[in-house]
Amino acid sequence: MSLETNPRPLLPPQLVQTSPIVTMRDVGRRYGEVVALRHVDVTVYPGEVLGIVGESGSGKSTLLRMMNLEDAPDTGDYRLRLPGRDDGNLFALERYQQRMLRARHIGIVYQNPHLGLLMKHSSSGNVAERLLIAGERSFDVLRSKAREALDASEFPLSRMDHRPADLSGGMQQRVQLAKAIALEPALLLLDEPTTGLDVSIQALVLDTLKRLQRERRITMVLVSHDLGVIRTMADRVMVMRRGSVVEQGLADQVFQDPQHAYTQQLVHAKL
Amino acid sequence: MSLKTLTKPWAATSYGFLDASAKREMRRKILKAIAVPGCQMPYASREVPMARGWGTGGLQVTLTLVNPRSVVKVIDQGADDGVNAASIRRFISRVSQAEETWDTLAASIVQSRHRIPEETMTKDQILVLQVPNPEPLRGVEPNISIARQMHADADYGKLWLTLYEQLVKAGRIMQGAAYPSLVNGRHVMTPSPIPRWDVPKLNMARHLTILSAGREKRLFAVPPHTRVEPLVFSDRPYLVEDHARLVCERSGIAGYFMNEIPQDDGSSTFEVSDSNLGIKAIRASEGAPAEIGETWYRNGKFAQ
Repeated sequence: MSLETNPRPLLPPQLVQTSPIVTMRDVGRRYGEVVALRHVDVTVYPGEVLGIVGESGSGKSTLLRMMNLEDAPDTGDYRLRLPGRDDGNLFALERYQQRMLRARHIGIVYQNPHLGLLMKHSSSGNVAERLLIAGERSFDVLRSKAREALDASEFPLSRMDHRPADLSGGMQQRVQLAKAIALEPALLLLDEPTTGLDVSIQALVLDTLKRLQRERRITMVLVSHDLGVIRTMADRVMVMRRGSVVEQGLADQVFQDPQHAYTQQLVHAKL
Repeated sequence: MSLKTLTKPWAATSYGFLDASAKREMRRKILKAIAVPGCQMPYASREVPMARGWGTGGLQVTLTLVNPRSVVKVIDQGADDGVNAASIRRFISRVSQAEETWDTLAASIVQSRHRIPEETMTKDQILVLQVPNPEPLRGVEPNISIARQMHADADYGKLWLTLYEQLVKAGRIMQGAAYPSLVNGRHVMTPSPIPRWDVPKLNMARHLTILSAGREKRLFAVPPHTRVEPLVFSDRPYLVEDHARLVCERSGIAGYFMNEIPQDDGSSTFEVSDSNLGIKAIRASEGAPAEIGETWYRNGKFAQ
């Protein structure tokens, strides 16, 4: 089944007239013989949660790294609509410009907190580092913004100066989340944010994400292989397999009426 | 044609100990370092008759700059009469016929370990600082390749973060020496382990400062009239050591950086760290001729 013949709406009604905040076109990436991404197009609309699902090795994390400008594609065009600026194709920017853009406008929460946090520094310091990279030089402002971001992530402020290495996995994810939202990013990327957490902590982290999304209307891209997480969080869903997008649509439609054989297999898969 | 006809007759050492190619490389690297203030330049650190870590970087720079008309002062922690300072000074003089001095005002080259003299240096002077660790990012990024990338990107967030953490944990910045400083608004350098007291002396100074690490094989420079700004939060002022009211036990002068000398009864006495300044003050108090030059600090306050 091709997407062009899919009669289902691809957007919820409230987003139909809205310009996308993220537009990626024809993104391709090859690692030696392995094709990680093949002609992938992504569109993300302001305030929505786009869920990306797929099996291990389907290219979803690679795609997220591209969105975070951590990796360069072989082909493709990436535009991020930000108020008052037009940076053109972000893949074509100098590395320094990419770094500054990432620091100010894109937040990310990794599955592995060691990738996103400085374990030997305090939790508040981890949040402050992001503000420092963006140019904040007032100690009092750093403290207050770090406190505010940690509080919004439902992190206990009594432990804000504890090192992440001394915290539980759920707490580490909250610190990552606080770090990601400290500068109110235009785009928040979540790479398997609840994988490895026990179910009760997973639910708490998802609740926090949902509340933040509801209150701040943060645009999120959520990558997960856990359909339950995607079903809970996402407005729209993109299904990936072997580096290609095989199906996308509104979350309810994709889960209730999957069109592609692979999606059907995913949705109906049970242990 | 044989190799013998193409080469000069063998001699024990070149002028100034270092061979011509070594000095040519040093001159090129010094010029590059001056062109990009604060940026570390790698060089092939030569063997000198001294152990690595005892000032071989500074010595190689001095041996490159020195000529028979030079007047060389060497200090170690402010003192001219330390064994290491005296040995280096005599060695330089022996291989170059340069004049030796203890007087900052008379020197054309001042090689120093861990201090900048209290008397203001002029545009005709060069300060050579011995540097044990030239990399300000070493504490936050042990991988040299990544650290170089961070310099290229002016990515100093982690360095700022260490200062933030010190303020959080101790309520004040605990970095006592080698305070990271931004040079010319671009590169962060470590100004060698000089105390915080000395860092403002580098800002818009009239003299050229060359900092060299022989063991680490890198040098960098602060050209005259260049901004050197310690990394400091906008609402937490940069503080130097509180030595303003301390009085030198031997010379009686006050308002300069002091060495603390613990006493048997638990108390401390103090001696001015710049030993030649103390000697001049003692001579002046005894009525002997002693010219004390303009100083960077006056009455314990930075004056320039």
